[in-house]
Amino acid sequence: MTVTTSSDANGNVSTATAQAVRETARESERQSRPAAPVTLAKALNTALADAMEASGDVVLFGEDIGTLGGVFRITDGLTARFGEHRCFDTPLAESGIVGMAVGMAMNGMRPVVEMQFDAFAYPALEQIFSHVAKMHNRTRGAVRLPMVIRIPYAGGIGGVEHHCDSSESYYAHTPGLKVYAPSTVADAYRMLREAIDSDDPVVFLEPKKLYWSKDAVDLDALRAAYDGGSRSGAPGTPHGAAQRAAQRTEGRAVVAREGTDATLIAYGPSVPTALAAAEAAAAEGRSLEVVDVRTIVPLDDETLCASVRKTGRAVVIAETPGFASVASEITARVQERCFHSLAAPVLRVTGFDVPYPAPKLEEYFLPSVDRILDAVDDLQWEA
Amino acid sequence: MSTSTDGESAVALDETARRFGITLEDYLLPTHGSIRILAENGEIRPVEEQGTAPGHEYPMPELEDLKDAYEALVVGRRVNDQNSALVRQGRMAVYPSSHGQEACQVAAALCLGEGDWMFPTYRDSVAVMTKGVDPVETMTLFRGDWHGGYDPTEYRVGIQCTPLTTQLLHAVGVAHAAKLRGEDTVVLAMCGDGATSEGDFHEALNFAAVFKLPVVFFVQNNQYAISVPLAHQTAAPSLAHKAVGYGMAGERVDGNDLVALLAVLRRAVRLARDGSGPLLVEAHTYRMQAHTNADDATRYRQDAEVQEWMAKDPVTRMRAYLAGQGALDDGEEERIAASAEAVAAALRDGLNAEVAPDPQDLFRYVFTEPTPQLREQSALLADELARTAADSSEEAAR
Repeated sequence: MTVTTSSDANGNVSTATAQAVRETARESERQSRPAAPVTLAKALNTALADAMEASGDVVLFGEDIGTLGGVFRITDGLTARFGEHRCFDTPLAESGIVGMAVGMAMNGMRPVVEMQFDAFAYPALEQIFSHVAKMHNRTRGAVRLPMVIRIPYAGGIGGVEHHCDSSESYYAHTPGLKVYAPSTVADAYRMLREAIDSDDPVVFLEPKKLYWSKDAVDLDALRAAYDGGSRSGAPGTPHGAAQRAAQRTEGRAVVAREGTDATLIAYGPSVPTALAAAEAAAAEGRSLEVVDVRTIVPLDDETLCASVRKTGRAVVIAETPGFASVASEITARVQERCFHSLAAPVLRVTGFDVPYPAPKLEEYFLPSVDRILDAVDDLQWEA
Repeated sequence: MSTSTDGESAVALDETARRFGITLEDYLLPTHGSIRILAENGEIRPVEEQGTAPGHEYPMPELEDLKDAYEALVVGRRVNDQNSALVRQGRMAVYPSSHGQEACQVAAALCLGEGDWMFPTYRDSVAVMTKGVDPVETMTLFRGDWHGGYDPTEYRVGIQCTPLTTQLLHAVGVAHAAKLRGEDTVVLAMCGDGATSEGDFHEALNFAAVFKLPVVFFVQNNQYAISVPLAHQTAAPSLAHKAVGYGMAGERVDGNDLVALLAVLRRAVRLARDGSGPLLVEAHTYRMQAHTNADDATRYRQDAEVQEWMAKDPVTRMRAYLAGQGALDDGEEERIAASAEAVAAALRDGLNAEVAPDPQDLFRYVFTEPTPQLREQSALLADELARTAADSSEEAAR
């Protein structure tokens, strides 16, 4: 599966590798049946609309998501289509948004709330850590919280401070939260539908630098596959259920590009960078496999480890500051499980352990193709 | 519709005020006095001294109704004292007692209808039991067996909340969901005086008012947040005044006067159910005991102050009133005492029983289905326990 990045989103990709990405994209377009390019934002918007159509219990709320359609337009048109009682603006208060969602979920709804930006979710952390994550456990399963907290996250868009944080490690560290981070248009659709259908609370991390990236995917086919061939919102047929199960993403990492020499493990915004690195490496005669983690919680140890056992080398890539991060956790798990298959220690390419930098400095902070290739070079290739 | 413009909500509040023949200001802020119906000696105060402003009708509860409320009050007092004793005996880890606040506890439950919800704090065990939750299930939290002992959806009672005011937003959400479905559920959201300084207090009141939700915010002002007196929490003339800023009526009531509490809270619940939006009720009461058994109240308050509040005790006041009305004879008192003793006995039996927790419960409820990682950890613990069991049976065989 190939991902193209928009021109303003590939600032950390060198010119040569950006060219490689474009060529791969063109190649993939030639091979696949004609499908209009769809943005990740459109896929998310379609997933929300389809989920709202499928169940009247699904309600959306947040800041500026009604009339405006959200600052990233992910909820565009949903208030007009479903009414103000299904998609509405709240006062400016993130703890209020999440706390109210807890109560609504306790009382039969499936709220999907939007935090405007990653760092703007921090006022809601008490609700998320103390209640969203714990209510099911506290009540011995009597109360389920089927709610989704959508967070436009991470950097690469030249955003100002508080708009570019990679906050996944906070959520992943908290037992009771599922954490999804899609990287492709197709996964954005499937994973958001799954998150809304999940009876567990899901923190849904939307890589904002990929919102306007396009993949040539057949959105209608994806929708039909998810809803069991029915677009009316009726329960799926057995065949449909099987189709949906086969495409299930939760707890299933995916090999985004096959390779034999080393494995690059990435999720969300880092997947296109990893793919670009693999493309560049191929030009130098090195075959890199790229594994897209997709759901950080639950984590698919099996797929990650199968790839690393096959290649014998791995680099874990994430934008987040590396110290005590998801990247650290994946690195440790792979090392524990694949030690005897490894030809070199598992390395990490992450953001530095500094606050997210100002726009003019972010290119030095973000994992880049060159930095990934340098790490791959360090995987003790000489016998 | 869930959302409304400022204009719409102002008109609606205006209409509510008009219904009572008073101005919007007088509707929002009848807080120039605290509403008190029973004097400390148990006599009904003269109407002009009850603190009710013109246009505000507070229906006097029926005598039979008050007898039932008194019984709940006596049971509540017994529950508080029994639980404190169980803590001293080491049968419970901790118990934040509402001794002295039982009138608030009882009224909070008795003002609600069958389908209504309550969101209590850790100090509201008596309210939780009065709403119908099994006493031993209520105490599970404090015994240390689990972080909650009852099914909130079965009783329509949130798990007693330890973080301050976070539960007010859950109350708002439950009310919002009910309103979207066209149900006439009312939600009572409880907190203390110190908690009104928390951010979620503000967010919950604002959300409830903006979305015109049927929530009654019930603040038990027991004068202290652990050790810090009210004067260090707020510079507002009263906690009820805080409601006005949200476009919500705020009222003050004597929190040791069960008659006044029932009158004020039932009116608030009725207004909320009628679609007049949320209200805030501040009850003045006193935490007669320390914050918990781990606290030493003599470090921050004078005994003279405690003695002063002793004279305002809600139980003796209510008993004097009912006796004065000829509604309590010795037989009735005996029956009520026996009913309180039965609850205390159930608590003793339930909490003295040794129930071994299942260590595997650690993994069962984190998610609806355990993740592969949790399954691995569960197997690790099972193996560890099996080896410990094998070791000890080997030792026993020797």
